[in-house]
Amino acid sequence: MTAWLSVRNVVVAALLTFLVLVPVLSSFTGNLFLMTLFTRIVILAIAASSLNLILGYGGMVSFGHAVYLGLGGYAVGILAYEGIGSAFVQWPVALLVCALVALIVGALCLRTRGVYFIMITLAFAQLVYYFGVGLDRYGADDGLTIYRKSQFPGLLDLSNRAQFYYLCLLLLMATIHVTWRLVNSRFGLVIQGARSNDRRMQAIGFPTYRYRLVAFVIAGTICGLAGALLANHTAFVSPATMHWTRSGDLIVMVVLGGMGSSFGPLIGAVTLLVLEEALPVLIRIITFPFIGQMAFRVAEYWQIVLGPLFLLVVLFARGGIHGLLARGRRD
Amino acid sequence: MDCWREGDVTEALLEIEGLTKRFGGVVASDTITLAVPTGELHAIIGPNGAGKTTLIGELAGEIAPDAGRIRFDGGDITALPTWRRTALGLARSFQITSLFPDFTALDNVALAVQARSGHSFRFWRDARQETGLRAPAQAALARVGLAERAHVLVSKLSHGEHRQLEIAMALATSPRMLLLDEPMAGMGPEESARMVGTLRALKQSLTILLIEHDMETVFALADRISVLVYGRLIASGAPAEIRANAEVRRAYLGEEEEARHG
Repeated sequence: MTAWLSVRNVVVAALLTFLVLVPVLSSFTGNLFLMTLFTRIVILAIAASSLNLILGYGGMVSFGHAVYLGLGGYAVGILAYEGIGSAFVQWPVALLVCALVALIVGALCLRTRGVYFIMITLAFAQLVYYFGVGLDRYGADDGLTIYRKSQFPGLLDLSNRAQFYYLCLLLLMATIHVTWRLVNSRFGLVIQGARSNDRRMQAIGFPTYRYRLVAFVIAGTICGLAGALLANHTAFVSPATMHWTRSGDLIVMVVLGGMGSSFGPLIGAVTLLVLEEALPVLIRIITFPFIGQMAFRVAEYWQIVLGPLFLLVVLFARGGIHGLLARGRRD
Repeated sequence: MDCWREGDVTEALLEIEGLTKRFGGVVASDTITLAVPTGELHAIIGPNGAGKTTLIGELAGEIAPDAGRIRFDGGDITALPTWRRTALGLARSFQITSLFPDFTALDNVALAVQARSGHSFRFWRDARQETGLRAPAQAALARVGLAERAHVLVSKLSHGEHRQLEIAMALATSPRMLLLDEPMAGMGPEESARMVGTLRALKQSLTILLIEHDMETVFALADRISVLVYGRLIASGAPAEIRANAEVRRAYLGEEEEARHG
């Protein structure tokens, strides 16, 4: 079998082709939901890819990554609310805020290791979450509706679903490419080395802290971009975007898809979000002949199926779904 | 006690003065004073728990001493972090193999080369394609006899090969002095013989501080030997002097006898 015609490559190519065709399929079938779902998938895949940079390659289990989704969203939302609609202001502000917060949070958290790191990133996430809850001027708990999408005067119209979708897809591809370049560069080898054996990295002469911190900031910034996109997609931002369970979702996407692989987070995002939609329907169809109307109640507990599925992947496929597809290539 | 003083005549690359470290009630380093001149292979022997690895840790900057000073090439390095000492040319190998298992042997060494070639905030170019990193790494592998195993994942190498790779990595930082923590630990006789050959070759161009359990190796390789017992240096001198030293025989070689019979 030729090297490029591996199972993994065929699946990834098929997935990418499908992603490119989503707007076409959606307009042919008149199925708007397909478009909405996949716009969301593509945006969260950007967030998951950014998390993968620090989680998969850098070994930093950040349990507060959704904070940057929220911050990016709030930057867009608050500026729009205050009458500044230009994307050329909104988006750079979103990225800058995220970079700054990531710098502060990272500078403090990266002094700890392991479980402490997880807990302290979680603590910071909660801090920012409650800060959002306290934003009375901007909707507090109820969140902030964004009446006007980010403006790209003369360039793009984000209210056009297809244009917005393709912009997101383009940015996802850019993110995956940038991450791939990063992890194979000198910088990338340093953060991978620090994941594998930080003590040794220092012994051969690397001040690993600053490299890990820069990786943390890059990841937060990219996730801020995803946040700006998500706010435009839902026309809404609320503290719930930053809730720790959302950070958990991002971790699940990365682990499910395959930590430390370029396309893993995308595969994980597609799998998780499609299953979220498909499982209730499947459960209803399968159980309906046996229990009738009860099937609708049962379907509400679709997570009972998703949980064990996730557990199986973690236990038996350490490289996630991507690892399963690529099996036998490395050894 | 003063028999090592004569070593001070030549220029010392590494000078340790009154180094002390306590862990609770245990004194792991007890006012250790020692000078290693440029070009010397200095071995430190001592029974288990004598504080040998603690000493290496202090020299490498991983353990902060309670008192005392460490000078390297004339400069005080007592408070410098590990990576800075490595940059100055003081490299260590680990007693327990400490490598990057999911990288190849060449990747491991190339990373060490990268450490000394400026900062690594280079985000775009594929580091595995840089000849400037790969060629010196390949050369360091050749120096320890691992040239043919360059593209094998570290997790697939044998124990002996891990030990050799440990040294290659320390070498790749282009050090002036090597701190070797039991490089023969857990090796078979054949592998040990190869390692002795490697160390003998390295001795030509480097100052080495060697901690080793294997007496045969120590007496075969060392220019001078220091004996560490319960954190104290009880003797220091040429191999023949150490072999003849009554205190050493009582405190250390005697204990070995006991251990053999107990």
